[in-house]
Amino acid sequence: MKNISKYIITFIITSLLFVTAFYLSNYFANKKTADIKATEDQIAIDLLSSETQFDILKQSSCNQLDDSILADELDTLGSRLSSMETQIGTDNAEVIQLKKYYSILQIKDYLLMSAYGKECKLKPVSIVYFYANDCQECQKQGYVLTYLRDTYPGLRTYTFDYNLDLSAVKTLISLNKIPTTLPALIINGKTYNGFMSSDAVEKIIKPLLPIASSTSATSIKK
Amino acid sequence: MEYPSIQSIFIYVSMFIATYFEVFLMVTLLEHKNKLRQENATMDDKVTNFPSATIIIPCFNEEKTVEGTIHSLLSMDYPKDKFSIIVVDDGSTDNTWQYIQKFVQNPQISIYKKENGGKYTALNYGIERNTSDLIGCLDADSFVDKNALKRMVPYFNNKETMAVTPAIKIFKPKSFIQCAQYIEYQLGIMIKKIFCYLNAIHVTPGPFTIFRREVFQKIGMFKHAHNTEDMEIALRMHKNHLKIENCHKAYIYTVGPNTIKKLYKQRVRWTHGFIENAIDYKALFFKKEYGNIAFFTLPFAAVSIMTVIGTICLTVWNVVERIYNFILRIMTIGFHFNFHFDPSFIYFSTKTSLFVGLTVIALMLTLLVIGRKISDEKLFSKEIIYFIIIYPFIAPLWVGKSVYNTIFGKKTKWR
Repeated sequence: MKNISKYIITFIITSLLFVTAFYLSNYFANKKTADIKATEDQIAIDLLSSETQFDILKQSSCNQLDDSILADELDTLGSRLSSMETQIGTDNAEVIQLKKYYSILQIKDYLLMSAYGKECKLKPVSIVYFYANDCQECQKQGYVLTYLRDTYPGLRTYTFDYNLDLSAVKTLISLNKIPTTLPALIINGKTYNGFMSSDAVEKIIKPLLPIASSTSATSIKK
Repeated sequence: MEYPSIQSIFIYVSMFIATYFEVFLMVTLLEHKNKLRQENATMDDKVTNFPSATIIIPCFNEEKTVEGTIHSLLSMDYPKDKFSIIVVDDGSTDNTWQYIQKFVQNPQISIYKKENGGKYTALNYGIERNTSDLIGCLDADSFVDKNALKRMVPYFNNKETMAVTPAIKIFKPKSFIQCAQYIEYQLGIMIKKIFCYLNAIHVTPGPFTIFRREVFQKIGMFKHAHNTEDMEIALRMHKNHLKIENCHKAYIYTVGPNTIKKLYKQRVRWTHGFIENAIDYKALFFKKEYGNIAFFTLPFAAVSIMTVIGTICLTVWNVVERIYNFILRIMTIGFHFNFHFDPSFIYFSTKTSLFVGLTVIALMLTLLVIGRKISDEKLFSKEIIYFIIIYPFIAPLWVGKSVYNTIFGKKTKWR
């Protein structure tokens, strides 16, 4: 055909446009990753600062420790991370890396809060939630936890991907004897497995809540 | 390694095809930009050779508009002794016949009445009753610009040119839906011109395409052709290697459907007609001897229909999924909604499909703006926004229905 070259030129131009689009998409995705990484670093510093503050204040007053800002930061980070997962993909290496970092930050916050509660004779109410991407009931459990977090600002929720390849999470799983049947919850140290309705969870946390002082913690995935 | 889903493969393939289509048009336009400039410069040069021309107006219940149509033809700048009009009343049941009686004394106009048989029969009836060099048709809901024919005639100086298509505009758009069509038609003017440079025009529009008389002698008369006789004859001309030109400054004004329902009906007829005619003329596809119509116009039109169908399926699937999640949420926690708004950069999509989508829109807008420029319009207007907003939502409706009609053998009606 006489103008076959035009068909080929068009193909090349179109491909170049696609490559540019891929490049732009990648460029902005990297910017986002860097943004999240920076937030995580900031939270790590804040956590370390809280820990240090806690160590200093151990002997004196418990009232001076303010952890509410940190809880909000973790909350925002969680929802941004889950939005990254939907946009870039749950299998993306960088997303997984950020998720690991986020999980460690959550564990550190959880430990700090427990120690703080013990030291200051307070009983902060926390829910640790394990989910998996392929778990049927996890979507429903996610709705329940989002609802609870919105309803009870004093409640701290921590969310972990059960299958995340991270030793700290694995330790948390084995220490609390979390079964493979998900979803699973640890409410104030006690493990519950299988889907729990909002009524069931409320029954457990309601009597404990007035003592808790902080605000919400994380976004609820899945 | 994550494998791409069927959904994302479909999205990227469709986007690649859409981009390819637009880039191909742009490349062709650039290739012919000097020719276009020259055509514009010589458009209103003095015409010395006026061949005899007859315009046939087939009417079926057109009492409201037929007079205006005839008057617009009579006021055209063309020698009276070379120009005649044939009005064929195709068995109207209203007062069309009485209305056209007014013109019975005019030597330029012949009036006929026949039993209702459909538009193509009225056209053929008129063609059989005249001997002009050039024959055209004008729907009774369309009007011509006074220079239209004069600008089209010079294209016939080339002995090979067998038909010339005009540039169609929407007549005085009023409703929202007509304003959107107004823009669509301007984009159409540009695309038609480029198709012309590719020798790949696949429709010789009902309103005012001018044919050489010998076209009908060589390849026969109009056919029913699934109520899209203007598409069928164009394909038949390509099959017989007859050249179709386009005059982008021969303006014809047509009354656009003023409601979504009427537009939907019109487009179902067009799209269904395209599918049926494309099936009838499948022999044209990918045959070297037919050039760009075989490799570009027809395949891309067919693929665009498939893409729309795929998009409909994907959208329905997504909507069902969202509804399912919504119901699941309500069943789990009841009516409890608490929206957190976080205007972070993170939430802006940076998917590749977004950038490609923007490229597709940008190329389309570029073609539209050039289309507006060559058809003597302002470069920008607010109607462009109506077009961009409304077409992605309504076009899938008629494409879906047309495919449905084809699969289940349903016929479309004129009205």
